[in-house]
Amino acid sequence: MPTSFNLAAKLFNVVLIVQEFTLLCAQTVAGLVRPPWYLREIMLQLDRIGVGSLFIVMLTGLFTGMVLALQGAVQLEPYGATMYVSRLISESVVRELGPVLAALMIAGRVGTGIASEIASMQVTEQIDAFRAEGTDPIKKLATTRLAACLLMIPVLTVITNCIAILGGWLVARLYLAIDSYFYWTWAFEAIQMDDIVQGLVKPLIFGFIIAMVSCYAGFSTKGGTAGVGVSTTQSMVYSSILILASDFFITKFFMAFA
Amino acid sequence: MEPMIAFTDVRLTLGDRLILKDVSFEVQPGETRVVLGGSGSGKTTLLRLVLGLYRPDRGSILVAGQDITGLPERDLFQVRQQMAMVFQDAALFDSLSVRENVGYRLWEQGLLSDEEIEQKALESLKFVGLDDILDKMPAELSGGMRKRVGIARALASGAKTLLYDEPTAGLDPINTCLIGRLILRLKAMGVTQVVVTHDLETAYRVADRMILVVKGRLAFDGTPDELRRCERPEVRQFLDPGSLPSEWKPLPNRDDITGEPVSVSRRDS
Ligand SMILES: Nc1ncnc2c1ncn2[C@@H]1O[C@H](COP(=O)(O)OP(=O)(O)OP(=O)(O)O)[C@@H](O)[C@H]1O
Ligand SMILES: [Mg+2]
Repeated sequence: MPTSFNLAAKLFNVVLIVQEFTLLCAQTVAGLVRPPWYLREIMLQLDRIGVGSLFIVMLTGLFTGMVLALQGAVQLEPYGATMYVSRLISESVVRELGPVLAALMIAGRVGTGIASEIASMQVTEQIDAFRAEGTDPIKKLATTRLAACLLMIPVLTVITNCIAILGGWLVARLYLAIDSYFYWTWAFEAIQMDDIVQGLVKPLIFGFIIAMVSCYAGFSTKGGTAGVGVSTTQSMVYSSILILASDFFITKFFMAFA
Repeated sequence: MEPMIAFTDVRLTLGDRLILKDVSFEVQPGETRVVLGGSGSGKTTLLRLVLGLYRPDRGSILVAGQDITGLPERDLFQVRQQMAMVFQDAALFDSLSVRENVGYRLWEQGLLSDEEIEQKALESLKFVGLDDILDKMPAELSGGMRKRVGIARALASGAKTLLYDEPTAGLDPINTCLIGRLILRLKAMGVTQVVVTHDLETAYRVADRMILVVKGRLAFDGTPDELRRCERPEVRQFLDPGSLPSEWKPLPNRDDITGEPVSVSRRDS
């Protein structure tokens, strides 16, 4: 088979996937505004996503803040500005590292969970059983998970941010001999309104990406149990890439309007 | 009387494979229709078409007089609620207990109180001899138990049309008999039933009419008596495997196998 043909087929495939993905997103979002809402399922997902990820995002935040303090101090030292390290920490955490690292951790823990759960329901015909029972599987599974992600991921991100700044303070106190009052004053001083907006818009968009990519990977599973593994991996890979890429564009967008 | 289910010249391809061609048949209200056919002939696909889980390329499928082939998914949910399906591998909801699985549709519809749903779930489970496992999860059940819970789920829905995909496959003789009796009992109650099965004994016992699917085509449509008398080679081949072509010889005994490689007999040998 000529390579040009292969390439065309591949491109066509990509177009098809984008189209399917967009359709799934539209249907899922439409489900948010039309009853039934499956509140019990949403509560269950909130618990799984929120409470379940709390520990890992806290650890992520803690070590990120601690290492930022160490590295930041090294960077600032030549200028004799080590005591302003909290400014560097809080700004970079609130704008970038908090949202991105929390989202990546959640994509690994929650996203893969969503993908593998829906994927195994797909290969064991449970999705079809939902349809046969007169239940819309997109509403029942995707919309509820999207709602839970949109609610929970911003909360988790704020927690990550707080713990990171706290981690920085630990290092500042223990190793850098920076005054606590000074640390916290500059930590808060550094955060502007548009940092907060950016720090909340990002997790919302990342939450959308994680939920939708994972649901799509799950629903589009083919090929039995082996397909479940493939979908799980895909959900992780594609949501991570989309998180990092969209982060760039969101940042760019905010810089243009700030 | 208007047929409950009517297929007219239905044709379906999945991927690039032609699965069903020119399938036409009707199921009258209250009729028990048995679908026979070899493995991979397209029986499950046929049931999925009735529910609108697949859309045919061509032809029409009427359910209670309504053409479902062009209906958007949202309207199909309404149509599907008139029916219930027992899936070949049960397809129980893994995250729900047996009780929640069986009462699922009633719960979703929200028309009955929790006690009434509980009552119905218990009743249907009694029908299949499993009223002592209400709080188990599907993963804790054996294959045959899962199958029977699947049947109970269909029963509890109160649907007037039931579709069974091999309800007796993998069940012991006692349970097979139980399911056979259950189908007869529902038939007496006027429920329309489509039963896909390999089990000829049950098939003859419960069927009003039968169809035989061979490689995606209907090879037979008629009453059990007509099927017994049918002389068409495709039908005979399915009914008595003894009439299979001569290449189908028994495998050699273990003792017969010497150092020589076993030669597989061909048609021309
Ligand atoms: N999703 C699919 N994509 C492509 N081909 C499929 C798909 N599902 C089923 N088929 C093919 O369609 C044919 C009919 O399948 P079907 O499941 O209806 O058979 P069946 O009669 O129910 O068999 P069995 O008695 O073994 O359950 C088979 O040859 C199968 O390979
Ligand atoms: Mg089948």
